[in-house]
Order: sequence, then structure tokens, then C-alpha cells
Amino acid sequence: MAGLLKKKKEREGGEIPTASMADIAFLLLIFFLVTTTINVDTGIGMTLPPKLDENQEPPPVKERNMLKILVNAEGRVLIEDIPSAVPRVREEVKKHTLNEGEDPRYAESMAQAVVSFKTDRQTPYEIYIDVIDEIWMAYFEMWDAEARAMGYPDYATYRDYIDENDAENLIRKKIKAQISIAEPDAG
Amino acid sequence: MSTHFQKKSAKSSPSIPMASMPDIIFMLIIFFMVTTVLRETEIQVRTTLPRAEALTKIDQKRLVSYVYLGPIKLPDNQLGDTSVQIDDVLIDDMPSIRNIMYRKLLEQPKLIVSIRADESSEMGIVIDVQQELREAGTLRINYSSKPELS
Repeated sequence: MAGLLKKKKEREGGEIPTASMADIAFLLLIFFLVTTTINVDTGIGMTLPPKLDENQEPPPVKERNMLKILVNAEGRVLIEDIPSAVPRVREEVKKHTLNEGEDPRYAESMAQAVVSFKTDRQTPYEIYIDVIDEIWMAYFEMWDAEARAMGYPDYATYRDYIDENDAENLIRKKIKAQISIAEPDAG
Repeated sequence: MSTHFQKKSAKSSPSIPMASMPDIIFMLIIFFMVTTVLRETEIQVRTTLPRAEALTKIDQKRLVSYVYLGPIKLPDNQLGDTSVQIDDVLIDDMPSIRNIMYRKLLEQPKLIVSIRADESSEMGIVIDVQQELREAGTLRINYSSKPELS
């Protein structure tokens, strides 16, 4: 017992060891590097149609070439006047675009195919985004398929190649994403 | 001449001085702390972004201008009416959006307008904002959304 309680004598030259300082600072640095998130903005890119003049008529589109998607305030989907569901949109858009005049209900050719999307003013934004997302995914999948047919692993690779060589984007030229967002009814 | 090329005998083992190491690291830390921007605008509306799959990244951040749209945040966690916020001001009347956006477009002709809308907002107001953007001529837009949970 006495041995444990014995006071230690002579504590001289008390110094904080500075050798580990660098390591501590490094740890801090790594901590901050890991925890800071550089948030990248992601979203669905769109281009709005330019404003039309008062006396200028909107360009005519044949009824057949237009795939009409309607979504009401309750989020119910109507594709070409047939009640449907949000996940069906993708298939319908693909069928419509790749029809090439086969089925009289769908578009005559890829170049003429237009998707028209209309909502109510009361439709929740979330459902609108869901449908827009499905429409874009349909185009993304068609572009991917087209890129694979041209010998690229996917469309992103093809686009990188296009950007590097400043070439014409043939896929986008062939399958244009023509989405028309109609103004909602006042109801 | 020969003395110039005489090899020095290695008396002590060469070592990098470690004393300045903490200072260098601290300078790095301070550099990162100074350059990190936390948040420039206070968002006064709630924007719970919707989730989507067909996402594209916006690489050039300086081209982007944000439009916030959602229920206004009131004290005590209450939510008010749906409002529009651009930069750090709430927009009272819709037609003023076109002037704000037109001015931004003059400054940055390749402007991308990122619409950060709350998932619960109604389409009516979103369409109204879009019509204003068309009036202003800012046609490149982006519906800000988060990646889908897998």
C-alpha cells in the first residue's frame, strides 16, 4: 500500500510532445475532407418553348402523331383517353415513338412523334415529376438502345464521344425528345 | 578543382525537418475553411424535392439561378401558403418574375433556371412560374430532384 501512495519525486522539464501534432492536424484535415459534401445539383432538364406571338398559331401537329397524356388532380392518368397508370407511360411513349406507322393509334415516324402532357392546376407537383420522369426515361432507354445498335456500350459513352469530336449527335437527330407541356385548364 | 567535387562524408543521416509540418497542415486546414462556402441565401419556403430517375447533373454552377417554390415557413414549424422565392426575396406578384429573370438573362445569356419546388405544391403555380420564364426568355430549366431511393 505504501508503495502505491508514494509520491513521485522530481518532475522536471514538463513538455508537450509536438511530434504528434502533425498527425492530429492531419486527422482534422481528413475529417473535414470526408465530411464536406460538395452537393451536385441534379434534376430533370427541360427546354421551354419560346413565347409565341399573339397572332402566331402554334405549329400544327397531326392528331395521330401526338401521344396525349392527361393527369388530373387526383393523380389519375389518361393516355390517349384510356385510363392508365404512371408506370405505363414509359412503355406507351416508346411504342408511340418507335411505331413507324405500323399501328394506326401511334405515330407515323420518329421525327413526327410528339408527346403532349397536360395536367390540372390542382395536380401535385410530385405526380407531374413522376410522369415527366417516365417520359424522359423512355427517351433515355431508346437512346441507349440506339447507341448499342451503333456499337457503343450506352448513350452516355456516345455523347462523350460526340462532345470530344464535335460531331453531330445522330441519335438525338433520329429520336428527338419532343415533349409538349400544355397549359392546364383553369378547373 | 578537385576539392569542389570531393564527396562529402555522411556524418549524420539526412532527415526532413518535421518541425514545420504542423504549420503546413494548419495552413491547408485554414485554406479549406476559408474557401468553403456554407450557404448564401436563406430559404424561406419548404422545398422537399421530389425523387426522379432521369436525372442530369448541372456541372456549371455559375450558370444556375434558383427559383424556390413551396409552402412558406412560419414560426413554430407552421407552414403557410405556397410562395415563390428568388434569391432571398419572396415574390408577391407573379409578373415581377419576368423582370427579375430577364435581368439575370442579360447578365448570363446561358442561364439555367433550376426550379426547386416542393413535391406537394400544385401544378398551377408551377405553370404560372414557367409562363413567366417563357416571357422572360429563360427557356433552359431544370426540375431539381433527388435520386430515387434504391
